[in-house]
Amino acid sequence: MKFARLIWANLVRKKVRLLLTIGSFAVALFLFAILGVVNNAFSLAGGVVSANRLVVTNRTSIINLLPLSYRDEILRVPGVSYVTHYNWFGGVYQDPKNFFPQFVMDPSTQRQVYPELKVPDQQWKTFLNDRQGAIVGAATMKRFGWKVGDRIPLHTTLYGLANVPFEFNIDGVYHGTHPQDDETQFWIQWDYFRENVPQAIKGQIGWYVIRIANPDDAPRIAKTIDQMYINSPNETRTETESAYAANWVKQFGNIKFLIVTIGMVVFFTLLLVTGNTMAIAVRERTPELAILKAIGFSDRAVLGFILSESMAIAIAGCVGLLLAAGAVPALAQAMPGMLPPLVMTPRLLLSGVGAALLVGIASAILPGLGAMRLRVVNALRRV
Amino acid sequence: MVSVDGGKSGSLIQVRELDKTYRRGNEDIHVLQGLNLDVDQGDFVAFMGPSGSGKTTMLNLLGGLDVPTRGSVTVAGDEITHMSRGKLTEWRARHVGFIFQMYNLIPVLTAFQNVELPLLLTKLSKAERRKHVEAALAIVGLADRMHHFPRQLSGGQEQRVAIARAIVADPTFLLCDEPTGDLDRKSADEVMELLRRLVDEYGKTVLMVTHDPVVARIAKQTLHMEKGVLVEAGARQEVVSGGAS
Ligand SMILES: Nc1ncnc2c1ncn2[C@@H]1O[C@H](COP(=O)(O)OP(=O)(O)OP(=O)(O)O)[C@@H](O)[C@H]1O
Ligand SMILES: [Mg+2]
Repeated sequence: MKFARLIWANLVRKKVRLLLTIGSFAVALFLFAILGVVNNAFSLAGGVVSANRLVVTNRTSIINLLPLSYRDEILRVPGVSYVTHYNWFGGVYQDPKNFFPQFVMDPSTQRQVYPELKVPDQQWKTFLNDRQGAIVGAATMKRFGWKVGDRIPLHTTLYGLANVPFEFNIDGVYHGTHPQDDETQFWIQWDYFRENVPQAIKGQIGWYVIRIANPDDAPRIAKTIDQMYINSPNETRTETESAYAANWVKQFGNIKFLIVTIGMVVFFTLLLVTGNTMAIAVRERTPELAILKAIGFSDRAVLGFILSESMAIAIAGCVGLLLAAGAVPALAQAMPGMLPPLVMTPRLLLSGVGAALLVGIASAILPGLGAMRLRVVNALRRV
Repeated sequence: MVSVDGGKSGSLIQVRELDKTYRRGNEDIHVLQGLNLDVDQGDFVAFMGPSGSGKTTMLNLLGGLDVPTRGSVTVAGDEITHMSRGKLTEWRARHVGFIFQMYNLIPVLTAFQNVELPLLLTKLSKAERRKHVEAALAIVGLADRMHHFPRQLSGGQEQRVAIARAIVADPTFLLCDEPTGDLDRKSADEVMELLRRLVDEYGKTVLMVTHDPVVARIAKQTLHMEKGVLVEAGARQEVVSGGAS
């Protein structure tokens, strides 16, 4: 495009100012991306949400247990394909700050309910034959530098197990199929757990996860299950995985609101900073714009030049998004287990670019319209 | 030949009964009042007159930068007074070469790029543009300064680049508002010599406002702005001696 040279020349005329403006964009977009990642993490809490899964918890509180006997009853509800169950183990590895979630799980149904979490068949076979076996998510393996075959001591104070010196053999590693899949879990065999817990809770599980054949049936199935146990000592709450995740996130209070507010303040500030910069940039070149118009450049062309300039700045500022993309793995490494998985998604990057362009346009629109309306005779009249 | 009585026909630039009134507060300032002017192809006219008499106002109307309160401006058969803003812009690109007193050049562009600007609005290819720009810069004697930025040029050289830009697209006429107003004598002489050559050798039509009688003398004719109309200044000699005394 033959006007590129003119736009470029105007863009780089004040290099320090250009760098500072691009810097403002970059910082704001960096923040935007990091906040977005954290926000996503809370939204995705509990791993990828599937429309095919329902979670059954104790209606009183998710820390109250449910009888294992419900399993077969739930399985008989039409539309339910598989039922699996979990207990929160709550073990500590060496130090409480080494947190990662440990799930006591049922190997016979785990893979049917969470098919996206993959374990190599050979490793799975070893696990099935090893009561003290464990399958560990790739992220946690990496975090502690564990290898398959390692023996991991865990100490839990729950279920009256404070005096049991648990040790587990890592028999295999699972990987997620989506970037958001939670790869931090530590899976323990239900049978081994059951052997060790006191008699009173031998048949008690933490929560059920159900795989259903058709997502459209979710409301009906949830209602049926909850009806079955109404007025029993252990009433249930059955909800979709996404509703369950949303409830889980509520534990963090209004953190999403906080994140969104900070994000908006950041962008509003960016808008003011770049708007001001563009206004100055246009004002100081009033005579030149007048000359261009006298020569025969149209009002639209002049507006186009100014918009292109601020768009170019906005696009250059997207380097902040790249920096954020680079920083997320490091960030995830630095605070492992504290949050649900931190992942930069292409969608988030795209919305960052979109936000940058929007600010680019918004900040240039007023000075641009001013330049568009500028009258040559007034602009060149004395100084 | 230039005339100011409004009776001529077939001239290149035809101005009839031009009025321009500005409003300042609740007071009307009648700057131009029934101004007539005829300019032929190849004319070289200087406009003189006291500050505030309306010379720039007139030039702006002739160049399609402003619209009159009343009256008409016709250039090569085109009535420009009723054109829309957008149409006027296109018309300017094709027909007018402007040379102002100051701020002519875009500081971030080289002499070459400045001269190339009007050609960016044409369909010329890059190679053709280059040829035209080089030719225009050669005419003004600055072929060797092509890649200099305005700040690396003297005031006189800047004005010559501005002239190269004004002629590069071969417009119908040139409008110069005090082109030497900011220059020393020597640079002013060079610029005037250049304008004279454009008229004599290239047949250009030049309309120029100036305060300097020495500069005005280079033009073929001088008109005076008085009470909102133009009057002939009589013999050229008279003007010069009048200005010098
Ligand atoms: N936009 C405007 N609004 C109000 N008055 C104006 C405007 N433009 C010009 N004028 C007035 O019109 C009159 C003529 O101005 P103009 O600039 O044409 O004079 P000039 O002959 O070019 O003067 P100079 O020799 O100082 O350049 C002046 O009194 C000026 O104040
Ligand atoms: Mg003037």
